[in-house]
Amino acid sequence: MTNTLTEASTEQLERVARRRRRQHNEQKLVTVLLVAAALISILTTVGVVVLLVSQSIGFFEEVSIWNFLTGTEWAPHVSPQHSGVLELVSGTLLVAAIAGIVSLTLGLGAAIFLSEYAPERLRRILKPILEVLAGIPTVVYGYFALTFVTPIFQSIFGPDQVSVFNALSAGIVMGLMIMPMVSTLSEDAMVAVPRSLRDAAYALGATRFEVATKVVMPAALSGIVASFILGLSRAIGETMIVKIAAGATPNLTLNPLESIQAMTAYIVQISGGEAAQGSIEYKTIFAVGLLLFLMTLGMNIIGRLVISRFRQKYE
Amino acid sequence: MNDSSSTKMKGSSHSMRIWRDRVFVAGFVMAVLIGVAGLFALMFDVLLDGLPFLDFDFLTSYSSWEPHKAGILGPLGGTLWIVALTALFTIPIGVGTAIYLEEFASKSRLNRLIELNIANLAGVPSVIYGLLGLAMFVQFLFNGSRNVTAGALTMTLLVLPIVVIASQEAIRAVPSSYRDAAYAMGANRWQVVKSVVLPQAMPGMMSGIILALSRAIGESAPILIISSLVVVAFIPTSPDSAFTVLPLQIFTWIGHQNPDFRGIAAAAIVVLLVVLLSMNGVAIWIRSKYQTRPDQ
Repeated sequence: MTNTLTEASTEQLERVARRRRRQHNEQKLVTVLLVAAALISILTTVGVVVLLVSQSIGFFEEVSIWNFLTGTEWAPHVSPQHSGVLELVSGTLLVAAIAGIVSLTLGLGAAIFLSEYAPERLRRILKPILEVLAGIPTVVYGYFALTFVTPIFQSIFGPDQVSVFNALSAGIVMGLMIMPMVSTLSEDAMVAVPRSLRDAAYALGATRFEVATKVVMPAALSGIVASFILGLSRAIGETMIVKIAAGATPNLTLNPLESIQAMTAYIVQISGGEAAQGSIEYKTIFAVGLLLFLMTLGMNIIGRLVISRFRQKYE
Repeated sequence: MNDSSSTKMKGSSHSMRIWRDRVFVAGFVMAVLIGVAGLFALMFDVLLDGLPFLDFDFLTSYSSWEPHKAGILGPLGGTLWIVALTALFTIPIGVGTAIYLEEFASKSRLNRLIELNIANLAGVPSVIYGLLGLAMFVQFLFNGSRNVTAGALTMTLLVLPIVVIASQEAIRAVPSSYRDAAYAMGANRWQVVKSVVLPQAMPGMMSGIILALSRAIGESAPILIISSLVVVAFIPTSPDSAFTVLPLQIFTWIGHQNPDFRGIAAAAIVVLLVVLLSMNGVAIWIRSKYQTRPDQ
């Protein structure tokens, strides 16, 4: 009888041990799969860098980097060929500057109102409404800029002054799109400023405006600056709005009413078209893409450094 | 009362400061109102242009050279394919990455590198993903075939950071006492994740996944590079079919010489916005419904 008991329990023990082993093996397999999933993001970055650099090398063998970066005429597809990217960069920066002014003004104003003035109930209604703006596809913004905003400017300044495709409409609409991003990030930074700092200022008799601008904004400055840099980086990388509403004319100008061409718009124009693979025209899109990648990457890194380096710690 | 403890600041009188306060409040309110007004103007503009073209036939017919006969069946089918395939690729990879980073990885250099890398990927412009997809998927993987799988793979890389970051937050929100209880009963790491962490983090992950998929639906720049089809009079029938998507069709119609096509572009925008806003609504609803659960 004792014998059967031990037999039974050894059998049970073995079954438990088998299950343990199976569970252990399952965990091992899952771990491998999870690591593989995590590595895909690294591979994506490697892929982007390798692709852009390797394809651009062919281009920079024919056009020197110096000429590319400082040339003021962009016409890689006609001969004599000119591959000065400044016309595209200036188009991108012009639109981004307008978008930056709009989104910083509106976004920061909204952030101050939502964090310092609005009662909680109003804030709960307004925030989701503003965030809808961030979820609208860019092609829709392009349509809005082209069919709504541009006609308004044409009726104000006269149709001969305002091109159908212009940097101003694209920039303003893009600013509207980026506004929720600036306002959410800035507001987060302002909400993180401790109540006690505000109370101290109020106790000294400061008005709400003074508390907002002299106490809260300086304390939240890193978050505000970062939101602005990240917003600008969004504007530089944005494609469809500039493609639809800003034009396809490489143009070194500061006049926002003229048609321009942004770097992103150039890339989709050529890559969607018939440019033969291996032609100089085809190679230009990777050189422009590399420059665009470096610009946005640099701004994103600076934005995050600003957040982590200059964040005020209150404990 | 002691008057010398007056609240005056240098250089401006009390009434001046109150006045300035009011002016600026008006300015801040204006900023919010302009944002809201912009949203309403956009909706109004699109509805006004698009509604006359919007009927059932619009949803069930293919594109046409005549604006009044044109419909969005082709791009609607393409968009469905893109969403389904993107979900298929993105969910396991994105959730897997998040589980690895939060539950399995030690805080080593490699893992900090992965996290930093994901944050950077979130900021890479979508056209760059389009170029990557063109070279890696269309030309290398599919030998020049601009098919719907190549489009979905490109979209997967684009929206992956959104899913990873949202899933990480959802996993982090699961109280560690839950894990401790499971470990104390002898569960191994994967068992804890599978039966305790994932079910708890599911609602948060779902809302992140829905937001990522709605981004994939609305995004057009990479698809413009990958698909480059102007007129598609068919629904993709297999993963290697050619395709177009709704935003790309809208883009094509906006650029059409015949200005009547702007009306159907607007009608297609209305359809796109209804889809996206209801997806966002569902995501917000899921989040608010389950947000308070661990505290119960």
